[in-house]
Amino acid sequence: MTGAIKNTGTWASTRNACKLCAPLGASIVFKGIKGCVPMIHGSQGCATYIRRYMISHYKEPVDIASSNFSEETTIFGGRANFSTGVDNLVAQYQPEVIGIASACLSETIGEDIHGFIREYRAANRNKPLPEFVHASTPSYQGSHMDGFHHAVTATVSALARKGKTGGHINIFPGFISPEDIRHLKDILSDFGIPYVLFPDYSDTLDNPHWKEYQLIPEGGTSVGELKLTGSAKVSIELGYVFQQGRYKDSLKGNQKFQTAAEWLRQAYDIPFYKGGLPIGLKETDRFFKVLEDISGKPTPERHLRERGRLIDAYVDGHKYHFGKRAVVFGEEDLVIGIVSFLEEIGIETVLVASGGASGKLKAAIDTVTGGKRKHMLVMNEMDFEGINEITDELKPDIFIGNSKGYYISRRMGKPLVRVGFPIHDRFGGQRVQHIGYKGTQQLFDRITNALIEYKQEHSSVGYKYI
Amino acid sequence: MSSFLIERKRQIFRSGADQHEMLCSRPSVAGSVSQRACVFCGSRVVLYPIADALHLIHGPIGCAAYTWDIRGALSSGPEIHRLSFSTDLREKDIVFGGESKLYLSLVELIVRYQPKAAFVYSTCIVGVIGDDLEAVCKRVSKEKGLSVIPVQAPGFQGTKKDGYKVACEALATLVGTGDREVPEISINILGDFNIAGELWLLLDYYKRMGIYVNATITGDGRVDDVRSAHKASLNVVQCSGSMMYLAKIMKEEYGVPFMKVSYFGLEDMSDALYEVAKFFKSAALMSKAKEIVREEFGRLMPVLKEYREKLEGKKAAVYVGGSFKAISLIKALRLIGVQTVVVGSQTGTTEDYELIQNLCDEGTIIVDDSNPIELSAFVKETGADIFIGGVKERPIAYKLGLGFCDHNHERKEALAGYEGMINFAKEIYATAMSPVWQFTR
Repeated sequence: MTGAIKNTGTWASTRNACKLCAPLGASIVFKGIKGCVPMIHGSQGCATYIRRYMISHYKEPVDIASSNFSEETTIFGGRANFSTGVDNLVAQYQPEVIGIASACLSETIGEDIHGFIREYRAANRNKPLPEFVHASTPSYQGSHMDGFHHAVTATVSALARKGKTGGHINIFPGFISPEDIRHLKDILSDFGIPYVLFPDYSDTLDNPHWKEYQLIPEGGTSVGELKLTGSAKVSIELGYVFQQGRYKDSLKGNQKFQTAAEWLRQAYDIPFYKGGLPIGLKETDRFFKVLEDISGKPTPERHLRERGRLIDAYVDGHKYHFGKRAVVFGEEDLVIGIVSFLEEIGIETVLVASGGASGKLKAAIDTVTGGKRKHMLVMNEMDFEGINEITDELKPDIFIGNSKGYYISRRMGKPLVRVGFPIHDRFGGQRVQHIGYKGTQQLFDRITNALIEYKQEHSSVGYKYI
Repeated sequence: MSSFLIERKRQIFRSGADQHEMLCSRPSVAGSVSQRACVFCGSRVVLYPIADALHLIHGPIGCAAYTWDIRGALSSGPEIHRLSFSTDLREKDIVFGGESKLYLSLVELIVRYQPKAAFVYSTCIVGVIGDDLEAVCKRVSKEKGLSVIPVQAPGFQGTKKDGYKVACEALATLVGTGDREVPEISINILGDFNIAGELWLLLDYYKRMGIYVNATITGDGRVDDVRSAHKASLNVVQCSGSMMYLAKIMKEEYGVPFMKVSYFGLEDMSDALYEVAKFFKSAALMSKAKEIVREEFGRLMPVLKEYREKLEGKKAAVYVGGSFKAISLIKALRLIGVQTVVVGSQTGTTEDYELIQNLCDEGTIIVDDSNPIELSAFVKETGADIFIGGVKERPIAYKLGLGFCDHNHERKEALAGYEGMINFAKEIYATAMSPVWQFTR
């Protein structure tokens, strides 16, 4: 085995995809805007499938409208459906923002959604209108992560306004859990740093129980806050890959995608810090150092103690981890963070796989691991059947990834620690913590206990203490 | 409520107050958050339980990813149907065509997984980019020596219900290609998808009656069974929305008669056995059917009585895929003392809605192709305690403080048959009586 295999064999087809489609990522981002209802410009099925998929993970109502293409729409264009759709959305929801994601169908027939928005605005000049944000998200271009990052940039570039540089920062954390977002906000508040965090779906996709039904769940980054992104003193963007590689089999593959922070630098001269998701000690240290630099303050005591407790736990548990073999799969930026963390506790990642196609995964993994693991398989564009077919040979002790890999862990009789998205077969997917010292601590405990539980269940005596 | 869409006025009916005929089978209104999926979805869910067939989705990744093993359709043997195969089209394929990728994908998957047949689903963009699905299927079929069946299901070409028809057409190409000999007293079970093993309960009842079940379409389905389906004497059709079309084709082409049944609730389940016995004009079958019913009633009624005593006076909202199932649910709920106050479906028919109007109490709200705004308002207006629906309705119910029973295809509890009625009552009871509601109401 060599270090940099791109795929197993040469499959023309994708078998049990380890990725989702672009409009799903965009819908999650739009759910992170206050008062926003997402609308997918395409067939009815896209919206319904994405709703079902998100509801099963977040266990919250997820309303996504559709412009509902029919045969005539496909032949004559979606202008009328677009405008009827917006009319009806406004009448039913009175949204502050409509987030429009395109689908394969509308992209393929060449719909000019920006043009439709302009026309709609002009035709309804006298009415109070919501803001419109549009992300181009055909499913044939990249994965849900591309849709996610495109929607972040599309929102920021549509709403950011130039202003006198304020004391606040922008933070674009990428695709993390609602619990992660809440923790990130706590960290920033503890540093006393004013911020605009986007997308903030920590409430909209994980609301408390309601007394009254809310058509649009409360929470989210407000339009006002998004306007302020144009006058921040600095942006922080989390993620190494950001889907900035080429799209496989894309004709516009060389066009470089701009992240929100890059766009803000170019448009408004706002500098940015970029780092990985703060998972594990080293990456979290790096993140806290950035916050120290920005705030001019040392890391607050509470977080230093969390850091100390994490190291303490590393020591307490090290014998359970050393030499264990892990298969890690999911979104590229997530798996980079997880692998970086596993390296710190002596778990050897034998395979890290993602359905993403950036081509940058190997380099990023080498950066966080120092390129020490010569036998680690790093695979972009992987699917679950691909993983399934090589796992026997890799002899893993543990799987770490989303719940779609469960069937492989079940076949192998080895534990799966569920992280990322989707977690469809367990409770609490929206509350799984990954980031910061505290999030790493949660991951650490779950991974350690999964290993201990496996050993205990397979023990002939069934011990009661460790 | 002001936020209802005027265009949908005739798809909502208040029993006792409204006079209009229910409008249904129309496309969803743009900008409404319909609970429906698309044509592709309709075809996919109907065909998917055929366990020894390859199901390849020709399109971009989403359509395949979201339909990967989403239903609990069980197989007693092969499980190729639980894998999700896609040609995962990219921009290059959109511009230059995806036929070669489709060909390569089909060939490699047939070699690797050795299916008995292959279903190839088209998606929205395949129609638009002009791939000749049929030609590729024909070529592979010839080269590999197995049936490769195109399923022409672009999402935009109608509603989910049109997808059922597309699926039936695909199945019809297989029917009649086998020549298995079957006994005279034989049936096919159409429209049960073996969710949580429900089909196996039904097979047991028919076996106890002495009836040979020839093909199950599509629950625990096999390609060879479908091929010889025309040899059975009768098609017994459940979930009539999805399978009636195949039954009609088989009647026309092979003279196989059909009957509509439902396996939900004691009344409808028992009728399903009686009607089949009647069809064969056999006193022996009828007496066996009566024996089964007697036995099951004897076992079930005391248990159900206990549930009824505790549930009496509770109100339920029902929103499911097909209207025929809704009818059975109203009756089953009545049996355990629960009154249905809201009832609706994604793909109902005028006839079924009429039946529902006659069946329901005054004041019941009947709705076609509803959405979260309407459902949440109706539930509040009628004071429902329990919601019966699918995954998309669950969070609406919970956020409103209602109990919930999953009666959709993701359910993991068998709810059909006699055993299913007990499970259903148990589930309604558990959700209605949970102590958690003290904190939400």
